[in-house]
Amino acid sequence: MTRADGITAALSHLGRFDELAGANTPIARVDPRAKLVTTAAFLVTVASFGRLEVSALLPLGAYPLVLLALGDVPLGPIVWRMALVSPFAVLVGAFEPFLDRQPLGSLGPIVVTAGWASFASILLRFALSVSAALLLVATTGLDAAAAALAWFKVPKVLVVQLLFLYRYLFVLSEEVARSLRAHALRSPNHPSPRIRVAGSMLGQVLLRTLERAQRIHVAMACRGFAGQVRLRRPLRARLSDIAFVACWCTYFALCRVSNLPRLLGTAVFGVAG
Amino acid sequence: MSHHLVRLEDVHFGYPDGTPALRGVSFELHHGESVGLVGANGAGKSTLLLHLAGVLFPSSGRVRVGDWPVTPETLGHVRQTLGLVFQDPDDQLFMPTVADDVAFGPLNLGLPAEEVSARVGGALERVGAAGLSSRPPYRLSGGEKRAAAIASVLAMAPDVLVMDEPSAGLDPAARRRLIGLLRSFEHTKIVATHDLDLVLDVCARTVVLREGRVAADGPTAGIFGDSELLEACHLEKPLRLQGCPRCGG
Repeated sequence: MTRADGITAALSHLGRFDELAGANTPIARVDPRAKLVTTAAFLVTVASFGRLEVSALLPLGAYPLVLLALGDVPLGPIVWRMALVSPFAVLVGAFEPFLDRQPLGSLGPIVVTAGWASFASILLRFALSVSAALLLVATTGLDAAAAALAWFKVPKVLVVQLLFLYRYLFVLSEEVARSLRAHALRSPNHPSPRIRVAGSMLGQVLLRTLERAQRIHVAMACRGFAGQVRLRRPLRARLSDIAFVACWCTYFALCRVSNLPRLLGTAVFGVAG
Repeated sequence: MSHHLVRLEDVHFGYPDGTPALRGVSFELHHGESVGLVGANGAGKSTLLLHLAGVLFPSSGRVRVGDWPVTPETLGHVRQTLGLVFQDPDDQLFMPTVADDVAFGPLNLGLPAEEVSARVGGALERVGAAGLSSRPPYRLSGGEKRAAAIASVLAMAPDVLVMDEPSAGLDPAARRRLIGLLRSFEHTKIVATHDLDLVLDVCARTVVLREGRVAADGPTAGIFGDSELLEACHLEKPLRLQGCPRCGG
């Protein structure tokens, strides 16, 4: 696969999120504001745990798992995107095992140090937060999520920036894919552009992208766009949406104040985990 | 309402780099008329269309659409009266699904959800694209994209339909379907194109632009029969009006 094909495939995957959000699933039907509030509460809960906490975080995995299952979201695209950004989390936590060697306990013959626990906690928190954010977009759509943000009085300029950023991501990627393809066809022995060519190519791509972005903006203005996000399905909160927020927030609070795996271990085996 | 729907009076326009694009264009368009706007590359066709939609404003002269002069203050009314279909449908289709895209304009008009839904359904039905409503625009074929782009403008129920190169990039069958579609519209139409055969099929009147000026304005049959005029404007007779290459007849 050439780089241009790779970009086209990545675009297609990105567009898949919009298709998923349009599906008629129990999670897609939940009001975008309810999902936004619940996900925000989830992220705050995840971030509020101590740096060495691992087992108490595990029950929070229920939220992304439920979104995944009831939202009928395929696992592949989510895992792929998490893998793409995972180097950041790995880099952040990679030095922990070397910096903090204080023993915390043991798993059989293996001594677990505070550094390793911290590393595991960082990775777990990363997985929970990123998967929840991705699933929010996959089950809501960026337009609806932006409308929900606007409803919560997030400044209009930020919401519109977010929407344009997402839309122009497609525009920019298409231009890059076209340029790479044109280059590869006329440079069969060096499919990747050399640095001098890449510089001029990037400049051309930027100029073409700006022109195209202007045309899209004109097309939007011609159809009455004046900076306000409007949805085909207007935001309408039902009792079930309020119950969705209430139930999940209660669950998150429960996870935060008590270590559910430890409680379960004590109840079943009579020993603390 | 005045009896003419679109009116340009001595419109001049030059781009910021100094290139003059329009040098005193004047013409009127009446209710229900279908006008072909033809001319060589750089003759000023697209610039003229952008003036009609209020994307560009003349450096001198006046443009009027319906009851409104085209000014920054009247853009809302102008764009409700006149719908512009862009040359590249990819510029026009930017929402996650075709239905969302067609709904974009009516939603911006502030219409209630039921009306938006009815307009989306009606517009897609009108262009024969009802089956595409839940498809993402970037996965459509060229002809389907064109149909969706036209539907996205029809949904705003404009009085005047303005199209920039509507047959560009279409295969013969899709082009033929487009011609059938355009002929079926009762709207007042302005079609800017190099496809003179399409103009012959769709437009009773033709305006020829040459270097930013109106070189000719009249019945399509008469203009396309004037070989000297066409040649001077870097155009050719439509294929249908040219002699048979075999028998010369």
